[in-house]
Amino acid sequence: MTTLSAPATTRRRRKAPGGAGSLWTATPMTRLILAVTIIISAFPLYYMIVIASRTNTEATDMPPPFLPGGKLGENIQRVLTNPDAHYLTGLTNSLIIACTVTLSVVVISTFAGFAFARLKFKGGKILLLLVLLTMMVPLQQMGIVPLYRLMVSLEWVGSIKAVILPFLLNGFGVFLMTQYTEQAVPNELIEAARVDGASTLRIWWNVVLPAVRPGMAVLGINTFMLIWNDFMWPLIVLTPDNPTVQVAINSLNAKYGTDYVLIFSGTLMSILPLIVVFIAFGRQIIGGLMEGAVKA
Amino acid sequence: MSLHVDAGQPTRAPMPPSRRHVRQRPGRSFMTWLDLKAAPYLLVSPYYLLFLIFGLFPLGFTLYFSFFDYDLTGTVEWTGLGNYTAMLGDAAFWKAVVNTLAMFLIATIPQILLALMLANALNKRFKFQLGVRLGVLLPLVTSVVAVAVVFTQLYGRDWGVVNWVLGWFGADPIDWKAERLPSWIAIATMIDWRWTGYNAIIFLAGMQTIPKDLYEAASIDGASRRRQFWQITIPMLRPTMIFVVLNSTIGGLTLFSEPTTFYNGNVHGGTNSQFQTVSMFIFEQGFREFDYGYASAAAWLLFLLILIGSGINFLLIRRIGGNK
Repeated sequence: MTTLSAPATTRRRRKAPGGAGSLWTATPMTRLILAVTIIISAFPLYYMIVIASRTNTEATDMPPPFLPGGKLGENIQRVLTNPDAHYLTGLTNSLIIACTVTLSVVVISTFAGFAFARLKFKGGKILLLLVLLTMMVPLQQMGIVPLYRLMVSLEWVGSIKAVILPFLLNGFGVFLMTQYTEQAVPNELIEAARVDGASTLRIWWNVVLPAVRPGMAVLGINTFMLIWNDFMWPLIVLTPDNPTVQVAINSLNAKYGTDYVLIFSGTLMSILPLIVVFIAFGRQIIGGLMEGAVKA
Repeated sequence: MSLHVDAGQPTRAPMPPSRRHVRQRPGRSFMTWLDLKAAPYLLVSPYYLLFLIFGLFPLGFTLYFSFFDYDLTGTVEWTGLGNYTAMLGDAAFWKAVVNTLAMFLIATIPQILLALMLANALNKRFKFQLGVRLGVLLPLVTSVVAVAVVFTQLYGRDWGVVNWVLGWFGADPIDWKAERLPSWIAIATMIDWRWTGYNAIIFLAGMQTIPKDLYEAASIDGASRRRQFWQITIPMLRPTMIFVVLNSTIGGLTLFSEPTTFYNGNVHGGTNSQFQTVSMFIFEQGFREFDYGYASAAAWLLFLLILIGSGINFLLIRRIGGNK
């Protein structure tokens, strides 16, 4: 095991016999495709930094600037002190909302996934089918008017509660964890634990949880990004003085449409938390996705 | 760990601690019942409870509202199918439908093809594998609003990079927001930039489950790489393909953030609604015109659209390599 460099990704590769090796060797074309993809992937992010560190006159130069300038600190200062954006409030709100929702979606989905994948119970198949059906329903768009009316009568409009509670429901999470549990936890393992006298909850904690951790990581990161990026519902139910970060950017965008450096600086800061999550858990994201597939 | 002898058995899953004693005692039938019969329901109940409150209830009420003339002033008046018949004759609604479908097609078809190509490249052996995969996933980290902000700048008429590059080839500057097709293309590229890498990683995961022996056998039979790709990879990817396409269908037909940000946060979708989607139409009717009944009816028609779209796509993909 010690000789492996990237355990999550090399499991299959070792098996490829030498004879057919040429099939899996990267050709110059492969390298070109990958290089171009990465350049295209990174360019808009790089460009964000370029504009965010310039002045508005430079930003509208022709030809456009392609190197970062020295005004980043100043521009960020302007975003943070902007009276219309409430940027810091938005950032804090987004963090609270995304963390709360992620935690509960992961726990709820892991519970349900375990039950669907490895416990036999009456109506289980039908209930799972129901989850799959709800995945097809864009609840956010479909239920928007009654949900809004509900929030009005609960007097939650303007409060971040209104953005947290409706999102604890995530059919995709249940589906993912069901799939993952099926792949990662063999039936024999559950049966062995049962023979040992472990209760269902104990099995969940001692057997299922350690095995599905990569799946939980994938779901967690997915959920965090989904919630962090959500825009339509917060735009409806929150007020500009207590926004999420996306709503704060929207306020900037709507009021200062031509102040590019202001908008870009706000946008740049809004993706920083995601970049941190991505760098911290990047290996797990990819590893989880790959491993989940290899185990099938 | 030299070789997988028993490939069917996931060997890495942790074994239960064997030192635990057998604890089955008589006279605990209620606990046993609770543990074996009730536990599964308890485990799934949080999801269904939430679904009831935040899923089924709003869904039902959307249907209920859609039969009423219901607006901000508080007038609630039964109109039966009035909202629906009005909408079927509403040019603005149909315009939103056409915009949505067009952007969905312009975005999704190249995206799936590019993702497949990219996944195929990622499936080869090369250095810095993790780094490359992370690089491919990078756009996903960027928030939708951020993507839209940057691309809106790139597609700017006067100072945009895209027009500047097109200028090298002697093209006149395009006003990307003003016309239907250019705005659709601009928005479609935002979607593709964000999702192609993600879908490629999903495809890659699927590709790695395909037994390599299949390719080896095909190579021995003299099948070209291209042929192997179309006759082995694509049919074997069908489950993954269904997931990716259904996901894209739902995401594409409910498109909201990109076009909204493209027009500085306005849900009207351009001066003539040239890129207003159905989701934006619902938003506008419900929360700008405060016509709740009409917005609710539009929401159900959107659902119908998604059902039709998903159904068509599902059937299409089932037919790929249908002889399997």
